[in-house]
Amino acid sequence: MSNRVPEDRAQKAERAASKLTAHRGMATWGEKLVPLGSFRQAAAETGRQLEPAARAAEIRAHRQPRAVNAPVEGPYQRVVVFGGVYNNRHALEAVIAEGRRCGADALYCLGDLGGFGPHPERIWPLLEAAGVRSIQGNYEQSLASGRDDCNCGYTDPRDNHFAGLSFRYTQARCSEAFKTWMGALPQHRRVTVGERTLLLVHGSPRRVNEFLFDSTSPDPFLEVLLDQYQADGILCTHTGIGWHRRLPSGRDVVNVGVIGRPGNDGRTEVWYALLSALPGGISVARLPLVYDHQALAAEMRREHLPEPFVETVLTGWWTTCLEILPARERAASRF
Amino acid sequence: MDTQTAESTSPSTPRVALRSLDTLWFQVAGTLCNLACNHCFISCSPTNHTHETMPLETVRGYLEEARALGIKEYYFTGGEPFLNPDMEAILEATLAQGPATVLTNGLLLDARRCQRLAVIAEASAYSLDVRVSLDGYVAASNDPIRGEGTFERILAGIDNLVSAGINPVVTVTEVHASNASVSGHEHFLALLRARGVTKPRLKTLPVFQIGAEAERSGAYQSWQRLQAGEVEEERWDHLQCSSCRMVTDQGVWVCPILVNEPEGRMGASLADTLDAFPLGHPACWTCHVHGVSCKT
Repeated sequence: MSNRVPEDRAQKAERAASKLTAHRGMATWGEKLVPLGSFRQAAAETGRQLEPAARAAEIRAHRQPRAVNAPVEGPYQRVVVFGGVYNNRHALEAVIAEGRRCGADALYCLGDLGGFGPHPERIWPLLEAAGVRSIQGNYEQSLASGRDDCNCGYTDPRDNHFAGLSFRYTQARCSEAFKTWMGALPQHRRVTVGERTLLLVHGSPRRVNEFLFDSTSPDPFLEVLLDQYQADGILCTHTGIGWHRRLPSGRDVVNVGVIGRPGNDGRTEVWYALLSALPGGISVARLPLVYDHQALAAEMRREHLPEPFVETVLTGWWTTCLEILPARERAASRF
Repeated sequence: MDTQTAESTSPSTPRVALRSLDTLWFQVAGTLCNLACNHCFISCSPTNHTHETMPLETVRGYLEEARALGIKEYYFTGGEPFLNPDMEAILEATLAQGPATVLTNGLLLDARRCQRLAVIAEASAYSLDVRVSLDGYVAASNDPIRGEGTFERILAGIDNLVSAGINPVVTVTEVHASNASVSGHEHFLALLRARGVTKPRLKTLPVFQIGAEAERSGAYQSWQRLQAGEVEEERWDHLQCSSCRMVTDQGVWVCPILVNEPEGRMGASLADTLDAFPLGHPACWTCHVHGVSCKT
């Protein structure tokens, strides 16, 4: 706080006027005003100015492949991939049944088993019995390592409040054995469908809690990621809202969405992905999944989970986690 | 050199590697502004030519380099970006290649410009976000910071955006303690709802005690410096210099904060600036301690 004597009106006006003209011919260098030329010369002499060949080498090094320690699984003809179970055993049962019905060779889960819904421990036997192959999401990492938050990556205080409620509920109701099992899950998987090798991640290949939204994941960025991680496709989740893009290179990036809560689209169904081998490529389908959302809502109420969560289950519209949405996704949301 | 950076960078200063170049900033209006806010960390004003406005062609050159590097998102700031006569063309060119966010004081957002921005946004596959600065939920707390009469003019700009279908992110600094509090947050949201914003969006930023703000509230103290070991390597993700660079008409700087420090300049092209940077400036202390990101 300033201890200066309050200025009168005339002094204030004079100070304001002097601020508007102070820079004539001068530059700000830290806290000082210096002649413009001095600043520019000092700046021009700082930093690197590489030769064209050295610049090209720097860019190549930046794009160079990064190691992913994951054996290749498959090849498969057809796989079902889903993310974000969020304790929703009803949707998990439905997606497992769907996998059987369509003759999938394997079921993959991209992490975030807990949060949001009720009774976290109940999904574990379902995952085991169906042979679902999971990777770790930020939830599994936090629960297995004893962190005191979900590390979802929210920035808004209200979003963090609800994320905290969810996390503490799940943490208190997961057995040590389940947490240990989560801690042993791999962070990535590589899966071959037909002739395409796909990298399965939670947020992005680089960070478990990176948000890959459709409207903020540009093609050049995704192409470089695919080069760096040497994949024909990337499958991710974490944002809660799914999308699929076939890039100019012919490679695919699929955010498979989540089965734990609706996709903020006004529908009570949740979303998963079905990938099938085609001659010379793959087909990608993002599919809605009907499940007993009324039963889920009733269980959530019995467990005294926040009513805004229940509202989302019943309406398909998010009531929390909205502040992470980019402009395009926020414009499409109800709240 | 007698800058704070030069004095404070020593062999024990932690150096942050660039993990990936995700966010590219443009000081697209240089340090020129139609306001002279007394908390501006780079002292922008109508006569501050420390950095000049960047024409479309200069921006295009960097966009091309950015494509090869796989940059994820673009931010535009100043000064006041809409003082740049090429600003709308720059946004259009950028949105052809990735998402863009523009940080404005809102004063030049007349109805026709907002409609043009909505058309530009609609034509892109990527998001256009507009961030409008406001430093109080009443004129009595905003205007002493941003200038007499600005509160109403900023809100008029927000009204024009909303009428055009653009939902801005209102950016508030912690220049008043009440701005950062839970009740302050609610006051801002209520103000926006009262203006017809049905989904109000807010971002709060701490102040950096440099530039005009140092004069207003005092400069950094000598202990506000990061030392070796203070920033653990696995915790670098929160530092924006681990994933961003800032382009001005004078070259490429490490981040949006240090553009008034020649020591913050890392090179002429993006490829020159992919190496590590020492966290020697006291503003680096704010980024680390407060977990600041200038990104939305």
